[in-house]
Amino acid sequence: MTDVNAAPAPAASAAEVPMVLAEGVSKSFGSNQVLKSISLEVKRGEVMCLVGPSGSGKSTFLRCINHLEAVTTGRLSVDGQLVGYREAGGKLYELSPKDAARQRRDIGMVFQRFNLFPHMTALENVMEAPVLVKGTPKAQAKARALELLDRVGLADRSDYYPAHLSGGQQQRVAIARALAMDPKLMLFDEPTSALDPELVGEVLDVMKGLAQSGMTMIVVTHEMGFAREVADSLVFMDGGVVVETGPPREVLANPQHNRTKAFLSKVL
Amino acid sequence: MSTSASGRGAVGTVPPPHGGHDEPAPIKAVKLRHPWRNVFAVVLVLILVLFVLDAAQRPAYDWPTVAKYLFDRRVSQAALVTLELTALSMLFAIIIGVILAIMRLSPNPVVKSVAWFYLWIFRGTPVYVQLVFWGLIAIIYQTIDVGIPFTEPWVSFDTADLIPVFWIAVIGLSLNEAAYMAEIVRAGLLSVDAGQDEAATALGMSWSQTMRRVILPQAMRVIIPPTGNEVISMLKTTSLVTAVPLTTELYSRTRDISAETFNPIPLLIVASIWYLFFTSVLMVGQYFLEKRFARGIGDRPDAGPGPIVGTPATGVLPAVVQDPTIGAKQGGDAR
Repeated sequence: MTDVNAAPAPAASAAEVPMVLAEGVSKSFGSNQVLKSISLEVKRGEVMCLVGPSGSGKSTFLRCINHLEAVTTGRLSVDGQLVGYREAGGKLYELSPKDAARQRRDIGMVFQRFNLFPHMTALENVMEAPVLVKGTPKAQAKARALELLDRVGLADRSDYYPAHLSGGQQQRVAIARALAMDPKLMLFDEPTSALDPELVGEVLDVMKGLAQSGMTMIVVTHEMGFAREVADSLVFMDGGVVVETGPPREVLANPQHNRTKAFLSKVL
Repeated sequence: MSTSASGRGAVGTVPPPHGGHDEPAPIKAVKLRHPWRNVFAVVLVLILVLFVLDAAQRPAYDWPTVAKYLFDRRVSQAALVTLELTALSMLFAIIIGVILAIMRLSPNPVVKSVAWFYLWIFRGTPVYVQLVFWGLIAIIYQTIDVGIPFTEPWVSFDTADLIPVFWIAVIGLSLNEAAYMAEIVRAGLLSVDAGQDEAATALGMSWSQTMRRVILPQAMRVIIPPTGNEVISMLKTTSLVTAVPLTTELYSRTRDISAETFNPIPLLIVASIWYLFFTSVLMVGQYFLEKRFARGIGDRPDAGPGPIVGTPATGVLPAVVQDPTIGAKQGGDAR
C-alpha cells in the first residue's frame, strides 16, 4: 500500500500529492548506516505507525522528515516540497536556516521525553511559538492556546509549570504546543515510552482524537493496540530497512516475514 | 507467632505512617547531647569578644580617624568610581564572554581556536600584569590610524589623547574578565538539555530565537551564581587599576589620603568598610536574581508537598537533572 517507486507526476493536484514521500532515503552517521533506502508514502489524513526493535531507524526516519537530521541519499518531500533542499536547474541547494525553519513550522513534533520548556507555564509553552515565530498577537495566541489545552483536557492546568505536571499531562501539553502552530503533519517519536503505564492511556486518547479529526500522523510506537485501532497503515522496520508494510490488522494478525513474526511474538 | 516480640509502646518506636483518626503521639526520646559542640561555640564567642574589646581601644586602629574619613567627600566619590569601574567592566565582560562562549561552541575550527587562544592569553597571565600593559598602550601604539593597511592613513589619533585612563582601566579589566565569563556562559549553555534545542527547532524557531527564549533563560540558572562571584571579585580587583595607573578609585584614594596623614591603618579600614558594604548589596541582588531564574523549579503553586524530583530551588543545577536515564527529568513523578 505504501511502497512507492515512481516519482509523482509534477502536475498532480494538491489532493494527490502525498503528505510525505520518501524515495530511497538513506542516512549514515559516519560509517554507520542507520537507514537503508527507505521508500514510503503517507497520504493526506493517513495515520501511519512505525514499529520495530530499538535501533531499527524509526526515530531517525522521523527526525529526517522535519530535517532535524539531513538524509544522506534519496529524496524526501513533505507536501510536495523537498525537505531541507531547494531544487533548481537539476541541482540541490541546501536551505538557509531561515527557510529550513519555515518548513518545520508546518510539521509538529512530539518527543519521547516531552521536552517542554521548564521555565514557562503550560500556557506559555503553547503560546510561545505562534507569538515568536508567526507573530500572532498575544491575546489571539492565548485564546487559541487555552482552547488547545482544553482539547487535551488540561484547561485547569494552564498556569502550571511542567515540573508540577505528571508525565502524561506534560506530554499532552507537548501535543497542544505542537498543534498551536497549525501543522499539516504531526510526528510522534515514542510519545508514551517515558510514561508510567497508567498514564499511557490519557495520551493515546488525545492522539486518537487527533487522528479522528483528520490529522496526518506518523507515530513511532510500541503500543500495538493503538496501531491496530487507530492506524491506517503499519510499517515494520528492522536494521534500517522497511521489512513489511500493510494495514495494521493484517500485519499484526498475519505477519509475512520471519523478523516481523519474531518481533511481534515478543511485544504482543 | 509470639506476641512478646511486638515491642509496642517502647520509647522510640517508629510510629505507623500518619493518617487515620487517632493521630499517633510524637516520639518522646531523650535528646542526644553534643557537649563538645557547645564548648567550641563558647570558645569562639570568647575569642570574638576579646578581639572586639581589644580592637575598640587599640590606638593603631584610630577609630576617630576612621569615622572622620568614612563619609569624606573624596572617599565617597572614589567609591562611586569603583562602582562605575565594576559595573562597566562587568557589562563588557559579559557581552564579550557570551560571544566567546558561542565561538567556542562553533563548528568552525578557526572560530573555535581563536576563542580558545583568547582564553589562553587572558586567563594565563595575571590581571595586574595585563593592567600594566594596558597602561603602556600609548607607548606601544602611539597613534591609532584609520585607513587601508600599509598605506598612508586617512586620520591619525594620538592614543594617549583618544582613550582616557578610566577607559583604559575598563578595557583592561573587562578583557581579562571576559575570559572567565566565557567559561561560565559556556558551562551554562552546555547544562541545558539538548532536547530543548530540538523542541524549539522543531517548532520553527530560528537559532537566535531558540537562544534568547529557550536556551539562555535556562542557562541563567547555572550562569548567575558564579557570575555573582565574579562581580564581587571584580569589585575588589578594581583596586589593582593603580597599575594603569588610575588613582581615582577607592583603594588608591584612601592610600593617597593616608600618604598625607601618615596614618594608613584607619584609611584601610575605611576602604574595607566601603568594599564590604558594596559586596553585601550585591549579594542581596544576586539572591533575587537567582529566585527569578528558578521559575518552574521550586515548589508547586497550589500548596501540597508534591514530590518534586531532584530540583532544589537555588541556582545550583544538580547533575542528575541532565541525566538522560532519569525519565522524570521534569518531575514526571508528580501526581
